[in-house]
Parts: sequence; C-alpha cells; structure tokens
Amino acid sequence: MQYRYKIAGGDFSNAGAVASSVKKTLRQLNIDHRLSKRIVIALYEGEVNVVAHAYSGIIDIDIDHERIKIRITDKGPGIVDIAKAMEEGYSTASTQVREMGFGAGMGLSNMKKNSDSMQITSEPGIGTVVELTTYLNGNEG
Amino acid sequence: MKISEIVNRLNLKVVAGADGLGAEVTGGYVSDLLSDVIGHAAEGNIWITLQTHQNIVAVASLKELSAIIVVKGSSPAADTIRKSNEENIPLLSTGLDTFRIAGELYNLLLK
Repeated sequence: MQYRYKIAGGDFSNAGAVASSVKKTLRQLNIDHRLSKRIVIALYEGEVNVVAHAYSGIIDIDIDHERIKIRITDKGPGIVDIAKAMEEGYSTASTQVREMGFGAGMGLSNMKKNSDSMQITSEPGIGTVVELTTYLNGNEG
Repeated sequence: MKISEIVNRLNLKVVAGADGLGAEVTGGYVSDLLSDVIGHAAEGNIWITLQTHQNIVAVASLKELSAIIVVKGSSPAADTIRKSNEENIPLLSTGLDTFRIAGELYNLLLK
C-alpha cells in the first residue's frame, strides 16, 4: 500500500496530521502496538522538521507485509552538516519555533532511535530527503 | 486513578475535553519540549506543561496521554480548546506552577 501526503512549511496548525492519519492506518492493519508507536514517533518528528524548516514537503509511505518505508522529501534550506544535525541538542530552529517547544535538537535522534534504518541526503539550498525503514515482524529492530 | 478524581483532588479547572475525564492515569510526565514528550512520555500519562498552543493536543493524542495540565493559570488558545474537544483529551488548568502541581500529582499517584 502506498500513501502520499503533502505538507506546507510553517503550517504548525496541521503539524502531526500525517502521523495521526498513518497511526489510524497502522491500527487498521493490526500492526503491533509497540511497533506502531515507534513508527508514529519517527514520522511525527519528520513531519515537524518539514513544517519547522522547509518550504514544502512530500511524505511517501509504502507498507508491505514485511516493512514500512517512509520517505520525506522537502524543498528547503537543506542540512549543511548532517553529522552535526544528528547530535542531540543541536538545532537551527528559529526562536519562535523554540518558544513553542519545538527545535530542541532531538528530532533526528528520535527518528533514528525509532526506526530500523535511517538515511539522510541533503543538498543545501535545495532540500532534504529522509528515508526511514522499519521491519514489521519485530526481529530486525 | 481516573482523571476526574485527580481533577477533584487537585482542584483543577476543566478547560476542554470533558468527555475524556473517565480515562485511567498511568503516571505523569513534565516537559515543555515536544520532542521530549513524543520520545519519552508513556501512554496514559498526565502531561504537565506551560505550553498552551494546539500542538500539545496533537502530541498528547499521538502518544495517547490521558490529559494535559497547563500551569500558572494560563489560558490555552481557542484552537487548543477545539482540538482537545475533538480528540477527547482533557485540557486541565491549575493556578500552581510546574514544581508545585507536579509535587501534588506525585503525592497523589505514587506515594
């Protein structure tokens, strides 16, 4: 099954809507609750990253019997130093975003912790692609 | 313990989401950083925060938290109230600061 969602940068009023929708889908598919929670955490963080940092983004979800793949593609400033961005506590979020309790520098590490594999490619000035894979049989995690 | 009993014992104001007051509370979590709550709060926890914007309800809903307590008598935004009613996640308010309400909740739930 494949699903595609569009996200507008800066639209905090809908931040979490994709994660919420996918959560319902995972429940309908009877995905293990603990696994589903991890997927939803990783997806929420990815979704918020697009809202907080990018101009627009697309989230593609691909689920089959053995794994879920989440690909988040955004048009935005990109990430200059991915290793730095991965460090917990490091963030380039604006003051306004931080005041809302976002931009704590925990997003990417939350995504890594809550997926079986994560790949980031980014081109500064163009955008970022984050791919998350989680296996559904629970053995690979 | 149910949310409704905590509301009575801690003299909390029910701002919105009253339909969810029958939920059982598993414990509490205190944080104003949304990623921290998303990463670490547990299902059924009551979340104490000073954030009042609508994203707190989205976070609480995704994590299946039992309720949100906003501190220091602050008034949640209209969007937050609307979402709380939609999601049936009680939005509660206290005049106390985070330290005091967390202490009272701790005494009630864990002592």
